[in-house]
Amino acid sequence: MEQNTTTHTAHENYDPISSKLGMWLFIFTELLLFGALFIVYSVYRYRNPVAFHLAHHELSITIGFINTVILLISSATVAMSITAMQKGDKKATLIFLAITLLLATIFLINKYFEWGAKIHHGIYPGSEFLLSLSHGDILFFGLYFFMTGLHAIHIIVGMVLLTIVFFRVRNGRINPDRYSFLENGGLYWHLVDLIWIFLFPLFYLIH
Amino acid sequence: MTGNIIHHQPSYLEYQGRYKGLLGWILSTDHKRIALLYLYSQLAFFFAGMIMGVFMRLELIAPGRQIMDPATYNALFTMHGLTMIFLFIIPGLAASFGNFFLPILIGAKDVAFPKLNLFSWYLFVGGALIVLIGMFTGDGPPDTGWTFYAPYSLRTNTNVVVTVFGAFVLGFSSVLTGLNFIVTIHRMRAPGMGFFRMPLFIWAMYGTAWIQLLATPVVGITFIMVIADRLLGIGFFDPAKGGDPILYQHLFWIYSHPAVYIMILPAMGAITEIITTFSNRVVFGYKAIAMSSLAIAFVGYLVWGHHMFTSGMSETARWVFSLLTFLVAIPSAIKVFNWSATLYKGSINLQPPFWWAMAFIFVFMIGGLTGLVLGSVATDVHVHDTMFVVAHFHYIVFGGAGLAFFAALHYWYPKMFGKMYNKRVSNIGLLVVFIGFNTLYFPMFILGIMGMPRRYYDYLPEFTFLNQISTVGSWILVTGMIIVVTNLLRAKKMAPEFIDNPWGGRTLEWKIQSPPPLENFEEIPVIDHGPYDLVKD
Ligand code: HEM
Repeated sequence: MEQNTTTHTAHENYDPISSKLGMWLFIFTELLLFGALFIVYSVYRYRNPVAFHLAHHELSITIGFINTVILLISSATVAMSITAMQKGDKKATLIFLAITLLLATIFLINKYFEWGAKIHHGIYPGSEFLLSLSHGDILFFGLYFFMTGLHAIHIIVGMVLLTIVFFRVRNGRINPDRYSFLENGGLYWHLVDLIWIFLFPLFYLIH
Repeated sequence: MTGNIIHHQPSYLEYQGRYKGLLGWILSTDHKRIALLYLYSQLAFFFAGMIMGVFMRLELIAPGRQIMDPATYNALFTMHGLTMIFLFIIPGLAASFGNFFLPILIGAKDVAFPKLNLFSWYLFVGGALIVLIGMFTGDGPPDTGWTFYAPYSLRTNTNVVVTVFGAFVLGFSSVLTGLNFIVTIHRMRAPGMGFFRMPLFIWAMYGTAWIQLLATPVVGITFIMVIADRLLGIGFFDPAKGGDPILYQHLFWIYSHPAVYIMILPAMGAITEIITTFSNRVVFGYKAIAMSSLAIAFVGYLVWGHHMFTSGMSETARWVFSLLTFLVAIPSAIKVFNWSATLYKGSINLQPPFWWAMAFIFVFMIGGLTGLVLGSVATDVHVHDTMFVVAHFHYIVFGGAGLAFFAALHYWYPKMFGKMYNKRVSNIGLLVVFIGFNTLYFPMFILGIMGMPRRYYDYLPEFTFLNQISTVGSWILVTGMIIVVTNLLRAKKMAPEFIDNPWGGRTLEWKIQSPPPLENFEEIPVIDHGPYDLVKD
């Protein structure tokens, strides 16, 4: 309890622990954001078990699975870029970051086709066809589009962050002595990945 | 003690950074300047909200239509509630006095993330602007009440989407402020300042920051769901599509009840500082007060259901929420008892901030005791959604947090500006405010018990007399507020004095010059005693 602190000015001094602590707290708020949605999901699933069960057959487990693997690999490559930075290997850092960004793009492209197919079949929030189905179906697809959509927005934010990281690594503002921005970008990316790990079973797998 | 601090550094008010004039303020990352930006914006919103309140009271001076039609009244109480809650009292003492004094009280030069701090203020102003845009564009200001209850908020033709989005942005600002304060308290305390050597205002801020961080995201996403329901027609809360409006209420109050503690905890912290200083004693029960802040923050999460006793909840849920609600009274009472014990045998210095603190305790107790009526299911069913509730929450948020805001302003004013206001005028102003406040709100308790519902522009003739008293009270209150604020504004024009420690305060802010220099401390102090110990220096 009586520990002393070392830094006093954020202006000049650089305190990686502070920035990492701040990032963890921020991630906590993101989890709560999705946490509220998980509550909504559970409540409606509990009330409409049959409709939720039948509706999930409409989703393609294959695309969902591929996207899960893609995100898992991208989490690994971000982690590798941090390790590369710690070892002082700038080139490897950049390559791993680029691979991560590439995987993220593939994820979004998959998502685009997946959503496109649904919309093509007339399943989207507020569509006439969807409104003619049962309440459970309306809610299932409402939640599906809302939650995966919010997740996709997080993917895009993460990509923007990692792109900034990429250029800062390239011009040396992020370097082996000072790389907490890279670490925080990586943490954020793991969060995005983690949320998907929950979304995938909730929508695609649960029977 | 006073007068031995040498003035040789330019204060944060004079300091000339990279930018001059207005830019030097809105681009400054100095926590003190940001604090003043918050302070001025909050006061402006407070006055705007007050004007709306006065117009509502004017409408209620007699039964039937007086100065506005029902739709205008609906829009008015919605905007009044939104302005007062989201723009004045949720940022509250935390954003203004917290920003100014949190770093100083822990012996730091700034918060952990100064740029993020400025960004939070921009989000705050941006959110306020969006709410304003929502007011004047589209099909008119929302008329849902500040709670945006579904399904009405999904059906009304008014401009709900824009306004709700504004509230979302304001929530984001609040989260970032909380995050910043938590990291600051953990990482930036001066050497020797252990957690149990922090002033109690900091403990209160610590509890507040956690609530801001943990509760706000839930309402944030709920607001986004309302927007999605309206724009995309998803139907989360729309019974016609299988959605559940009660679920909206749960999600809304999971945030909005803890939000009451976002408002009141920093207020309690400031009152603790004031009472210790003006009774010239070491605070009674330091650890109990510190822990009660955390206890309030924690239990405050679990009581949201008491807003919904009549909404349709199971019998079990109702008594559990009722029980938990009574539990919050314990840590709150601990604070009040400790304040009284601190005053006991103190050598009390009757200065304006002390009077404000006393007014706070008096009014807050009425608010707290009437809260017991609302907390128990049996009585709540009778007074739910009546003027009783309106009286109760004004006693808590205005009489509690609002008066504490002004108490803190009078306490720290000499430190923030290096000037002293006219104490006599301030005392007179307080007296007028106090009389006006009770005249305005106390009749509402009786009206509520008699059965007058809230949120109506009209009422039955038998309620006329008490409503008239109440309306007169609103005029007295406004007069008092004008006296108080003019007095403070006039003081700002006076020549600076050397008043580094006018009250004999013992915490760190009184050991530096007023107004504080840019970096607060020339040398980071080393702390070797508790925050309120009476030591000679
Ligand atoms: C001069 C000061 C004030 C006056 C005259 C005033 C008056 C009123 C009146 C007449 C109502 C509407 C009652 C009804 O018909 O339901 C109201 C509602 C409300 N007031 Fe105030 N008030 C004042 C200050 C404040 C302050 C300082 C706060 C908060 C910090 C506040 C928060 C609210 C809220 C949240 C509502 C409920 C709005 C709703 O029903 O959605 N008021 N006030």
